Amino acid sequence: MPNHAIRASLLSVLFMGFGQLYNRQVIKGLLLLLIGATGLTASILYLFDNIHGLITLGDQSRQLVKVGKVVKAVDGDHSIFMMVQGLISLLAFLGWLGIYLLNIRDSYIVGKRRVGGFKPNNFKQSVHHVLERNFAYVILFIPFIFALFLNILPLLFSILIAFTNYAAPVLPPANLLDWVGFETFKNLVTLKTWSRTFYGVFTWTIIWAVLSTATTFIGGILVAVLINQREIKLKRVWRTLLIIPFAIPNLVSLLVFRNLLNTEFGPINQYLSWFGLGQLPWLTDPMWARVTVIGVNMWLGIPVIMILVSGILTTIPRDMYESAEVDGATKWQLFRKITMPMVMFSTAPVLIMQFAGNINNFNVIFLLTDGNPLVSGYQYAGATDLLVTWLYKLTLTNRQYNFSAVIGIIIFVLVATLSIYNYRKTRSYREDDIIQ
Amino acid sequence: MKPRIILSYAIILLLVCAAIYPALWIVMSSFKVGDSLYSESLIPKALTFDHYKELFTSKRHAYATWYKNTLFIAVMSTIIGSFLTLLGSYAIARFRFYGRKQSLMVMLVMNMFPGFMAMIAIFILLLQLNMLDNHWALILVYSSGAFITNVFVAKGFYDTIPRSLEEAARIDGASHFTVFYRVILPLSTPMLTYISLVVFSGSWVDFIFARLILRSQDKITLAVGLYNMVSQRNSTEFTLFAAGAVLLSIPVFVLYFWLQKYLVEGLTAGASKG
Repeated sequence: MPNHAIRASLLSVLFMGFGQLYNRQVIKGLLLLLIGATGLTASILYLFDNIHGLITLGDQSRQLVKVGKVVKAVDGDHSIFMMVQGLISLLAFLGWLGIYLLNIRDSYIVGKRRVGGFKPNNFKQSVHHVLERNFAYVILFIPFIFALFLNILPLLFSILIAFTNYAAPVLPPANLLDWVGFETFKNLVTLKTWSRTFYGVFTWTIIWAVLSTATTFIGGILVAVLINQREIKLKRVWRTLLIIPFAIPNLVSLLVFRNLLNTEFGPINQYLSWFGLGQLPWLTDPMWARVTVIGVNMWLGIPVIMILVSGILTTIPRDMYESAEVDGATKWQLFRKITMPMVMFSTAPVLIMQFAGNINNFNVIFLLTDGNPLVSGYQYAGATDLLVTWLYKLTLTNRQYNFSAVIGIIIFVLVATLSIYNYRKTRSYREDDIIQ
Repeated sequence: MKPRIILSYAIILLLVCAAIYPALWIVMSSFKVGDSLYSESLIPKALTFDHYKELFTSKRHAYATWYKNTLFIAVMSTIIGSFLTLLGSYAIARFRFYGRKQSLMVMLVMNMFPGFMAMIAIFILLLQLNMLDNHWALILVYSSGAFITNVFVAKGFYDTIPRSLEEAARIDGASHFTVFYRVILPLSTPMLTYISLVVFSGSWVDFIFARLILRSQDKITLAVGLYNMVSQRNSTEFTLFAAGAVLLSIPVFVLYFWLQKYLVEGLTAGASKG
């Protein structure tokens, strides 16, 4: 009796699919043979060039070449395309390598079963086997492909950008890019023009996140408690009316506020002038603009917290309040000692999520003020700019790609710290113990 | 009535006014004669439907086309995005397979990066694939984004469904596909409602990626068109914008009110279960 397991796996090592053919699994073998051949050809033709490109980011810059009598600019290597191609090749190669290893493992297992006297599965049986045993992989395949190409790959690429000198005026295809290591990180905190903006925007981002979360939370709880008082009639009606801001798309309500608060023509200032009050620079003065964005954010955020808290309030047993009242507790004491702890207990995770969300709250700032008013001495940023809106401007308007990538990484570190803290405390992750 | 209650009513009334005023104002502006931001009173003296008519007849704004584009993009993204989330979250919640923890970890990390960080990369990728100014490109971006952001909410939902139902079906000899289709899918309605609502309204109003990817006037979505209308300096079409904004808001407004219950449940689930 020959040792099928060893022979088949050695054949599969030699070339993908050989082992399967040896095991008399013809269709599977041919399929793997095809994948093996394609992968190998692609590797020989492109892999090394593309990896080389990823490492060097091109070595042929744009140059002037004499064609006949005219001098023409001939494009050299395009560093960005080389980077993307290198990255894709690398991922594709890793995927192919994975299939190669699985192919060896498969020949070995099937061979071993043959030694044990089992007949190898035919193709139909193999498919059935995969569907039964590896169903998770089957249904994960499509989402995985989507996430790989549209989320993971772009993100990896953006992280790589942080370590290059990709910023105007160094732009492909006119210029070649270079790897510069952590220099952009260093420049952001040491170069005077950048560091001033960075510290300013960073501080405001934190202040904004703290204040906007706190105001919507406290506001939401107070409104919920206010409506939940025993003596208030038509509770449902009030709640429904107050939830209206939640149902209007942010895009619309923020653009509406932008117009409402227009200094010259906006109705708010118009009403103020009717009362003989002066016009307020709602969105044009740095300090006022900061107050305004927090105020408008309350309008947007309070309804959600109110509904959440209203739900929790109904679950607090009534007799807790009644026995406290019998003991002579005041309304304030009831709120402090019963309502608040119960609400906080259930909403603490939401609170942290909201805080993390507010660090990234692009819409409120961008649609309301564009990050303006401008502050002198700031590098491409205004008084209300958060790190994310600054990132956006640096990418789309000012083409400082490496700086925006660095800022993205900094935001990530901020949010990740908070989220990990949060997730460690919540149930589904504790069960899953992915974070210890 | 006690003074406390009177005061409470007063505050509630004030809050209600503050909550509905902006909505009321934009609706009123959309019926106002003229095109300026300035108006003498909240309720205009004369009402007109002209701005709504102009939206659909004006040569400069292809509003009807924008509406059609947006509807197409939002519906397709909702279908594909929910489908991806459904498959992915079910696999992760119910099966224990090699690489599961790593995938969870990767998705967790992806969610912590700001959404637009990948923007430049997506732009360059689409440019290379020659897919800029293409609706499908946007649909793919929204769908995969929906998957990454909602997979944890959906996983949390499946964690709460007892396994005994599937196990019973499996013992009766049902294949995984049958179990998924016959047992899991019907149970997933609340979660699917939440996710489709979030994805739909997200892609309905998004202007960031849409502005990046869609270039020509007949390809852009409502959100981009509206944003252009008011963001340009010296824009003197405020009332037209108001009418456009009202029409943009209506579908989302109706859906949110109708499906409020699911939204709140989803929000809590997303936060407390991860």
